[in-house]
Amino acid sequence: MKKILSLMALAMVLSGCADSYGSGPIRIGAILPISGRIAEYGKQTRDAAILAVEEINAAGGILGRQVELIVEDDEADPVKTANAFTKLVERDKISALMGALTSNCSLAITNLAMSEKIPMVSPTSTNDKVTLAGEYVFRACYIDSFQGQVVANYAVDTLKARRAAILYDLANDYSKGLFENFKKVFEARGGTVVAESYNTGDKDFNAQITSIRGFNPDVIFLPDYYSAVALIAEQIRNQGIRVPLLGADGWDEVAGKADTWMMPAFYSNHYSPESQDPDVVKFIAAYKARFGVEPNALAALGYDATRIILQAIKAAGSAQPTEIQKALVNVSGKFVTGNISFDANRNPIKSAVMVEIVQGTSGLTTRYAGTVNP
Amino acid sequence: MTFFAQLLQQIVNGLALGSIYALISLGYTMVYGIVRLINFAHGDLLTIGAFIAYFCLVALGITPLTLTIAILLAMAVTPLFGYALERFAYRPLRDAPRINSLITAIGASILIENGLRVVPFIGTEFRRFPTMTTAQWILMQSTDEFGQLIKVTISQTQLLVFFVAALLMGVLVLIVDRTKTGKAMRATSFDMKAAALMGINVNRIVSFTFLLGSSLAAAAGVLFALSYPQIEPYMGIMPGLKAFVAAVLGGIGSIPGAMLGGLILGLAETLTKGFISSQLSDAVVFLILIVILMFRPSGLLGKAVKEKV
Repeated sequence: MKKILSLMALAMVLSGCADSYGSGPIRIGAILPISGRIAEYGKQTRDAAILAVEEINAAGGILGRQVELIVEDDEADPVKTANAFTKLVERDKISALMGALTSNCSLAITNLAMSEKIPMVSPTSTNDKVTLAGEYVFRACYIDSFQGQVVANYAVDTLKARRAAILYDLANDYSKGLFENFKKVFEARGGTVVAESYNTGDKDFNAQITSIRGFNPDVIFLPDYYSAVALIAEQIRNQGIRVPLLGADGWDEVAGKADTWMMPAFYSNHYSPESQDPDVVKFIAAYKARFGVEPNALAALGYDATRIILQAIKAAGSAQPTEIQKALVNVSGKFVTGNISFDANRNPIKSAVMVEIVQGTSGLTTRYAGTVNP
Repeated sequence: MTFFAQLLQQIVNGLALGSIYALISLGYTMVYGIVRLINFAHGDLLTIGAFIAYFCLVALGITPLTLTIAILLAMAVTPLFGYALERFAYRPLRDAPRINSLITAIGASILIENGLRVVPFIGTEFRRFPTMTTAQWILMQSTDEFGQLIKVTISQTQLLVFFVAALLMGVLVLIVDRTKTGKAMRATSFDMKAAALMGINVNRIVSFTFLLGSSLAAAAGVLFALSYPQIEPYMGIMPGLKAFVAAVLGGIGSIPGAMLGGLILGLAETLTKGFISSQLSDAVVFLILIVILMFRPSGLLGKAVKEKV
């Protein structure tokens, strides 16, 4: 009798599982920093994901089912990311995850994604280590060893820099990875590098900047997210250092947080909104019509990451996470941020653009300054 | 840059940071001196002050005049929150065991921080605080052996921080040492029951202390926001914590001690970051605290009070 009961219970559990993936709307989770220091990124990425899901639902959904997006806020805090992941998997029974946004947060859940067998596609985590956890972890962006190389080469070739100072966040994998990759390439090309560091959330950088000032750099590389960068840049200019500032994709949105003192400044990014590519034009128009603002690069990647997942679900013909994973490996096509197909480590191979911060009609804006192919 | 010039520059940086810590730690020390309560919500009053100044500056634009108005407005409005905190959170518990007030203080702090996050016009986003210019003055200038120009500079913001902090600390010392209310504050701090028996309205004095402390916290908040121009509801936590350490370092309950503690803390933090390692800066700060408390358990300028049995 006991055995029959437990078998029945097991059957109920199993059918419960099958139900959650096999009928009703297909649920996709998203873990993004909707509040906190990089809320601009989380909100735009979320909106882009909403747009992608709304578009597919308007076209009849996939596999004859509607798609439901469940968004959780991680405040860019790895602990909260892990909690949100558990909630999405245990309670919401998601088929796949779009996220997390920052490398730090993604690294906090890659092992969970592996053990729970939930495919995750990070829109924007560029740190090299993110996808190394295993076959369930994908991303829609290029990686930092490429990005660091792009920025270092730009410093040497275009800005003719010989001496570079780097100020990075040693508690942040994204910042640290970029620092290492930039330093490697810049030194290999004959340059001299001096590096100073700080901790996430620090506000006073005057001590480190004074040390950097003593080094007389030609450029200063600031591999961090826009809100920290705006703070650091202003303190650099306050100490009378006027050399060009360099950054990476974490700088997207910095133009809105700074003023003319920021210039000259350059950074690498995932796409340029000035592009005339029909997919880009179409995406920008749709996003603007829906949300009233121009999408940043994070939004473009969020849109692409969501569409990669949707495409994989369609190709898999199933909402089972393990089936989606198998289909994700073979995703290939042209997306807003370029052609995407995954290499052996589930990283897309794609190009980067350099942009310059310039004075616009109202405040600062960015100008396209070149494309670099891998 | 020569080592000496770099050292001087780091000292300027450290003193600017330290004078903000000093200004905040005054509020901790005054409140502790009178009601023996560590007001953990003090750092959040700094946040409120910074937000008041922010809305004022956004509405008026930033000029020296509007900045003065913003500082004064923040110093005038923030104390209302400080008063409410005292009146509704701490006063009902004044005769309860001290641990109850302490827990209430932590609760009040969490309430303010998260309360601000849900207020629609404040929210969770990081806002850029308006700043004037990135202008700076050269304090010292020469050339090194390679013909490189070496300068020791002070930014306009740093100068403003020194000036306002010194002015406010001067005014505070005058109030405490030279006025009748100040005398009543000192008496209440010495012995609350005896002061009450002597006809001092203790409740009024405690409220006044909170008003004064919150006003200084608000000014510190504006200076902090000007120096590190980014504000959000959690911005007061770290400076609040550091200022608390400064107050303990200087001798909690002692006003000159809080000022000294703040300056030492700012200098230690900056010099460690500049010459040793930014990873170690907090470790060094707390090491200094431990060493000082080992040799002087009541802090640098604190009075050792013998417990009467």
